[in-house]
Amino acid sequence: MAFPPEHEIHKRRFGRNVGVAVTLGLFIVLVFALTVVKVTRGDPMQGFDHSVRPELAVEGASE
Amino acid sequence: MSDTHAYEAPGEAGFGDYVQLLKPRVMSLVVFTALVGLLVAPVGVHPVIAFASILFIALGAGASGALNMWWDADIDAVMRRTRKRPVPAGKVEAGEALAIGLGLSGLSVVMLGLAANWLAAALLAFTIFFYAVVYSMWLKRSTPQNIVIGGAAGAFPPMIGWACATGGVSVESLLMFALIFMWTPPHFWALALFMKEDYSNAGVPMLTVTHGRRSTRNHVLVYTILLVPVAVGAAFTSIGGPVYLAMALVLNAWFLVGAWRIWRRDEVVAEADGYAVEKSVFRFSLYYLFLLFGAFLAEAALKPYGLGGW
Repeated sequence: MAFPPEHEIHKRRFGRNVGVAVTLGLFIVLVFALTVVKVTRGDPMQGFDHSVRPELAVEGASE
Repeated sequence: MSDTHAYEAPGEAGFGDYVQLLKPRVMSLVVFTALVGLLVAPVGVHPVIAFASILFIALGAGASGALNMWWDADIDAVMRRTRKRPVPAGKVEAGEALAIGLGLSGLSVVMLGLAANWLAAALLAFTIFFYAVVYSMWLKRSTPQNIVIGGAAGAFPPMIGWACATGGVSVESLLMFALIFMWTPPHFWALALFMKEDYSNAGVPMLTVTHGRRSTRNHVLVYTILLVPVAVGAAFTSIGGPVYLAMALVLNAWFLVGAWRIWRRDEVVAEADGYAVEKSVFRFSLYYLFLLFGAFLAEAALKPYGLGGW
């Protein structure tokens, strides 16, 4: 059985899929770049984790 | 195989149709004004964070454009200017536009909050809400002042850019907001004067339709006069300076002359020359905003050399 010739609609769908893939790829790169910048600049990264860590205490708090 | 017909649904959207849903031309103005707001702020921003912030502000603006196209598909189909948009052209379904609009709204607000700060994200969320709900769903079809109040949506981007850098709101960012806010009515009413039948066919209560063209000409002049103190006043804040002041004086004088020429004419004269003055004022108003924000940028660029500002 021969394959039917490629319809124009398949090309359009392929273009759409490539567009979505490229967009998602660029989004991943951007989030990675943002993470690298935030981590290397020393922005606060620690959160509450069920154990006492004095470095998380707000400066000047009484307890 | 009978189901091959299912693949031949006419008008299936390509990737570009989804991009059109985000109103890329409006986005370019948003990108420019937000970028100026971010760059003229007195706080430096890391280039990657600045790039991401502008991108997510643009994405938020695009999301509100998609929501607008979902809601306005019925009137877009009637107006010549908007008839080829993806939803009325049958390329993208209205439900898809809604889903994309809501999805990108959430994504852009959360990502801006993570990349910059939550005040900027809150301002972006409010902008999307204002454009999609207050302007598109409520004002646009109910009052001839739709352009005046709806213009606030387009005026927020420089304020969001400023908030990305500083984490706050200040008199400078409010003035940039006021500049676009006051510029929008004369800009759009000049357009409405020569886009004759479009708005009345669609039943959108533009000022030209509800109050007549004479009244619209009066409004263009009055709003241009109100715009001048805002535009010139910005020169005396920390983002202004002699370059901006000179630019503002020239451009505002030019805009005032244009508005006065629109006000002086009547329909007979305007029709005789094909609305030449209205068209030229509309075109000029685009350069006006671009050059004024460019002058803010010039002041900021000159500052490191001891030249910008007062």
